[in-house]
Amino acid sequence: MADLPLYNAHADRSLWLFENPAWRSNAVEKLGLALVAVAIVASVVALASDLGRQSPVLFALLVFGGFGIGATVFALGGLSRPAGVRNEGTVFSSNQARGAVGWTVGVVLTGLYVVLYFWPGALSGLIPLGDPLSQFLRDQPATLENGGQWFLYSTFYTLAVAAMGVRAAVRYRHSRYHLIRTASVVFFQTVLAFALPYLLVRLQQPELYLHYTWPLDYDLFFPWKVEELRQSGRLGVAMLLWGGVLIALATPVLTYFFGKRWYCSWVCGCGGLAETAGDPYRHLSDPSLAAWKVERWMVHGVLAAIVAGTALLWVAAVADVGWLDGGAGTFSWLYGLLIGSVFAGVVGVGFYPIFGSRVWCRFGCPMAAILGLQQRFFSRFRITTNGGQCISCGNCTAYCEMGIDVRWYAQRGQNVVRASCVGCGICATVCPRGVLKLENGPRENRVGDRQLLTDLDVLPGALAE
Amino acid sequence: MHIVIVGNGIAGVTAARVVRKRRPDWRITLVSEEHPEHLARTAWMYVYMGHLTLEQTRPYAPDFWERNRIERLHDRAESLDADRQRLALRSGRTLTYGRLLVATGSVPAFYGWPGQDLAGVQGLYHLQDLERMERETAGIERAAVVGGGLIGVELAEMLRTRGVAVTYLVREGRYFAHAMPERESRLIEEEIRRHGVDLRLQTEPEAFLGSGRVEGVRTTAGDTIPAEWVGLGTGVRPNVGWLEGSGIETARGVLVDHHLRTSAANVWAAGDCAEHREPLPGRAPVEALWYTGRIQGATAGYALADEARPYVPGVFYNSAKFFDLEWQVVGSIAPESDPGRNEALAEDRTRTGARLVRLQGDAESGRLLGIHALGARLRHEVCAEWIVSRRSLDDCLRDLPRAGFDPEFSRAMPTPTLA
Repeated sequence: MADLPLYNAHADRSLWLFENPAWRSNAVEKLGLALVAVAIVASVVALASDLGRQSPVLFALLVFGGFGIGATVFALGGLSRPAGVRNEGTVFSSNQARGAVGWTVGVVLTGLYVVLYFWPGALSGLIPLGDPLSQFLRDQPATLENGGQWFLYSTFYTLAVAAMGVRAAVRYRHSRYHLIRTASVVFFQTVLAFALPYLLVRLQQPELYLHYTWPLDYDLFFPWKVEELRQSGRLGVAMLLWGGVLIALATPVLTYFFGKRWYCSWVCGCGGLAETAGDPYRHLSDPSLAAWKVERWMVHGVLAAIVAGTALLWVAAVADVGWLDGGAGTFSWLYGLLIGSVFAGVVGVGFYPIFGSRVWCRFGCPMAAILGLQQRFFSRFRITTNGGQCISCGNCTAYCEMGIDVRWYAQRGQNVVRASCVGCGICATVCPRGVLKLENGPRENRVGDRQLLTDLDVLPGALAE
Repeated sequence: MHIVIVGNGIAGVTAARVVRKRRPDWRITLVSEEHPEHLARTAWMYVYMGHLTLEQTRPYAPDFWERNRIERLHDRAESLDADRQRLALRSGRTLTYGRLLVATGSVPAFYGWPGQDLAGVQGLYHLQDLERMERETAGIERAAVVGGGLIGVELAEMLRTRGVAVTYLVREGRYFAHAMPERESRLIEEEIRRHGVDLRLQTEPEAFLGSGRVEGVRTTAGDTIPAEWVGLGTGVRPNVGWLEGSGIETARGVLVDHHLRTSAANVWAAGDCAEHREPLPGRAPVEALWYTGRIQGATAGYALADEARPYVPGVFYNSAKFFDLEWQVVGSIAPESDPGRNEALAEDRTRTGARLVRLQGDAESGRLLGIHALGARLRHEVCAEWIVSRRSLDDCLRDLPRAGFDPEFSRAMPTPTLA
């Protein structure tokens, strides 16, 4: 057989995880996967024994190093393939097409979230692994008593965004839009969502998340939280004001000019994870009309709940009526449990390999709901459809992480203006005919009511006598 | 009124949509033997390569047909009795129509090579071809592809994604020679080779070798290439064999006038299978393109719905993707140098590949005739509008950024200057 440079130059068929005719790992990717395997073994050992507590530094290196460096090395292995749309084998992949691997990943992730939220004690073997980094960043140990499980979780989360961010950057390196956008989400996660808040803790200040506000940070404006922040000094008050400015001023203004993408696929931590660690699962979002109907009821329902609930809490706080206090308390407990923990965490991330990477953003996030309403009705953003170039292949619809049936618009010659679109830009990237372009343009004719397929008057000169 | 449409490709389905929109209460029946659903055959390659499932190539949701009251028959039209307006189906059923649209597309064209009927030698057009290719290429290591057009390069790409070694035979001295200038051909050849394809120009098959199953190709260059599978991308011809004896006039395809009317009363033809008696200036008599199929389908739809308007497809356009290199054309670009044309050309190379932008104008009037882009995206409506409104090449060059459609943050298109 001729010695030709294959897509996978050092290909063999030994990666048992992927019985996939179009994807075979190369040596670099195998090395990365081996390091990840080391991290998994070390995690299990630490969970099941006392060894992690005895040698936290060693185990921290094995676990965080194994996951972080392993995933990064794996990602860099992708450089051996030509830059371009490399979705080969996605629908044959056990991991990416709801095969055995995908289900296993989903069940394990879901299980980990359930344990994290409801039985954090079960993680006591792993929590000390966060100790060295916690001492360095927060100047305090990582224990169950001081929320060490959350420190551990943040560390894993940030590692996932950073390492899988490298994967996203390698994968989409032919597009500067994706390179810059990926750098942005990695920056916001590592600096604003991880390093800065914990350094503030070290300085005895409240944990401050500059890019995060009500209603996503759902209790930021709850009466007791407001009181707590006011008590904690100037930074606490500044944080409240900043939260107010962010939702009342920055959000509508930035969404008017750029669409909700300025937040959802450039800044937000949930979006950041979806765009990086969730990227392999983006095509699993359901694009059916039925799913869209459910989405609209759910996401706006959650928004209505948090708006009404926050108002209720304030009425209760001011009115000082016994039964109102009870109702308010029940609301905040229930919202925290159902939306804050189960939906955003367990379902939102745990179900990546089953329902795609944006389950929370699409069906549950009240911030996305607000941004979506602004995007749909007051924004300059749209995805422009390029005349009659669509060939109805379906790549755009398949790879839309929000389950938007992009093709439905493209094949009519109509621009895509949808509340849920997070502006990730993948539809435009995977389109093999250059049909789609994310644009911030004048609002006139933004939607357009052209129907290419049935009217055909869209194209200059077509059917005109 | 009962409208019967044979063929549920882009032409047939577009016609059905137009009729339904104009005539809410007419009966519409779509007959297809290929698949009960309308599928985007432009996406076959993505199914083979694992980008998409077959279901994802359905342009319309499954409930579309019922909602639009379009009846579907998964059956084959065997023959047509134009006098009695009846269609005989393979199932034995007979369909009586008020008006009929023939939109039966193409079949791959072979050229009588010895061994072309061996197992493992095939074209790629129908879903059944895709299924066969999936079966026949399982586990193979070497394949050959024939034909310097769009299907040939798709076949090569499909095979490469499964690690198959591909020898690609192109008859002409350069790739896609009849459709584009030499520089574009060379850039695409470079892209094909970059992806590990053994591209051989000026080489044709002489015979396919093997007994029962193909084992190799003997070429006109005198080489014998081992190949466990051979893909023929040597073009298509109209699928009109089934109309023999119907009395409808055919040549290569079903002969039609400007309204896509055939020689028989109440019968129209659209898409790949239609042949224009008097083709429009600059247009081929048989246009086997997805885009023209759609426009012809709509034109036929208007006629079927009693609102006939002539076939005026507007400014020509086409597009393709050669491995990772995108191509678009709007208007006309002469493949060979033409003293009647002025030209502006720019080429550069980014980190991820070559880019080329070419504009041609009429030497006498100076007006823009066509725009070509490789590795850069064009804004279709702007380009077409410039051509229709007879803007001068100079003007367009000055305004060229308006014609760009690359994603945000992309490097600006290379700027062509007049040669």
